[in-house]
Amino acid sequence: MSTPSRKDRLTRDEVAHLAHLARLAVTDEELDLFAGQLGAVLDAVAQVGGADVADVPPTTHAVPMTNVFREDVARPSLPREAVLAGAPAAEDGRIRVPRILGEEA
Amino acid sequence: MSDLTTTDAAELGRLLSGGEVSAVEVTRSYLDRIEAEDDAIGAYLHVDGEAALRTAERVDAARAGGTATGPLAGIPLALKDVVVTEGVPTTSGSKILEGWRPPYDATLAARLKNAGTVLLGKTNMDEFAMGSSTENSAYRVTRNPWDHDRIPGGSSGGSSAAVAGGLAPWAIGTDTGGSIRQPAAVTGLVGHKPTYGSVSRYGLIAFSSSLDQAGPMTRTVLDAALLHEAIAGHDPLDSTSIASPVPVLAEAARRGAEGGLSGLRVGVVTELGGEGHTDGYDEGVLARVAEAVALLESLGAEVRHVSCPAFDLALPAYYLIAPSEASSNLARFDGVRYGLRVGDDGDRDLDEVMALTREQGFGPEVKRRIILGTYALSSGYYDAYYGQAQKVRTLITRDFTSAWDDVDVLVSPTSPTVAWPVGARVDDPIAMYAADLCTLPASLAGVPAISVPCGLSEGLPVGFQIMAPALADDRCYKVAAALEAAQDAARGSRFLDQLTARPAGSAA
Repeated sequence: MSTPSRKDRLTRDEVAHLAHLARLAVTDEELDLFAGQLGAVLDAVAQVGGADVADVPPTTHAVPMTNVFREDVARPSLPREAVLAGAPAAEDGRIRVPRILGEEA
Repeated sequence: MSDLTTTDAAELGRLLSGGEVSAVEVTRSYLDRIEAEDDAIGAYLHVDGEAALRTAERVDAARAGGTATGPLAGIPLALKDVVVTEGVPTTSGSKILEGWRPPYDATLAARLKNAGTVLLGKTNMDEFAMGSSTENSAYRVTRNPWDHDRIPGGSSGGSSAAVAGGLAPWAIGTDTGGSIRQPAAVTGLVGHKPTYGSVSRYGLIAFSSSLDQAGPMTRTVLDAALLHEAIAGHDPLDSTSIASPVPVLAEAARRGAEGGLSGLRVGVVTELGGEGHTDGYDEGVLARVAEAVALLESLGAEVRHVSCPAFDLALPAYYLIAPSEASSNLARFDGVRYGLRVGDDGDRDLDEVMALTREQGFGPEVKRRIILGTYALSSGYYDAYYGQAQKVRTLITRDFTSAWDDVDVLVSPTSPTVAWPVGARVDDPIAMYAADLCTLPASLAGVPAISVPCGLSEGLPVGFQIMAPALADDRCYKVAAALEAAQDAARGSRFLDQLTARPAGSAA
């Protein structure tokens, strides 16, 4: 495992790619701003690479815990009207979603 | 009778139980003050006076009718807007949830409702709890009651400003990397981050799930203990909830306020403002903290210096782990099931609508953290960033574990500086993140930590942090109460009385 060097600053294109992966339609101005700011943040957080962690296990939980189980019992869910009232668009007792398939699909 | 809006919550509870004041009177005095002063302070995002008075009337009627009411019944309360409340607008400080009225209550909101507390409103916060000044709120700026030109801390800055400013007797905050303790410190409050898993996260809008904890923000240590006891305890709806009895905290606070600290071993953390680690710390903050340590010693505590070398890496580890978890948690804001939806014109597909919704709905800090987290989790970088940070987290926990061999509690400043001027750090994420320097180790290790006022620097409050082993929250309360009692005795008044005594909005 190698620690990315500090020269691996995030480029504008990389930020655009990451924003796309995260479904953020960022503007050109944001790309300029974020590339610089995130570069500085990455420089700061890259310090973790200097820690000697040979044979150190990662922490997954702050407090030791094993799997948590419960009985598989059906419980009432939230009333449909209450849930639909919070949805951005509803139709025929269901949440209406934007188009999910392309024209040619 | 003294002003109800400067009375601490325990005393309000006593007055209410004794029938000396009614819940309606107490609630009305807070609502009046909110009406008069919140335009200037900006603590609240939502206040429903009519609903609050209706709740208060019910409590008064129950009390008059002899129906059993608990010790908290009738005491008003403010909740940080990250706490989901049934039928009451909940935004987490974000435009993406503007206007959303949740269909259910968070466990802690339900517990406080059942205890008969009166919800005054929901308090402002940095969007999705990401920030240390509350300036990342999508809605409004919140001012520090000690000096209106300064920040109230964050992310629970609405809660801190409300309680310090007399707009709520106490409030709930949440703490992921210091968001209860730092705002409490810079506004002169007591703020406690409980042991991870001891307060249910069910119904808290998630930021970083392995770190998020809710806790009390109050005017006194005893108030914090009482509020903490009311929200603590196992919750089957939160799979990380610890199945152990609710700790006895108010009693620990009372004992601490009465007795000495002989036999208590206190460790002063070198890496948090100690020798060779003073860069970025205000001299006044370090002086007040040193005085507090001397005061603990005079109460019988045995003080030693403890080195926790991995704490130096807490900030970089946190700013990898928290954004990584956030980038995953915030994927739920997809414009489909709740909240904002942008650009759904029948022509754009789901991906485009989602990207436009998130672009318009999220503010810059949230976007920065989502992008950073996406990067840290991405193939090829995961091991070097997220994986490495989780290993550093283990080193931090080990430093705590070895410290507990020698000391009962660890102490430090809560934050390196006093409240800074509004706007001073908004364009510099790294400077903003530095406010969390001292609070991050306890967050990453999941151990409890309290901030208690320890004096003023430049006329502004300084916080003293006390950290304890997991599930030993009572130690935080005991030591904090001892410190508070000794300082109050020396001063001849409570810490916040200094604020009440000065003209509004001006620093000394």
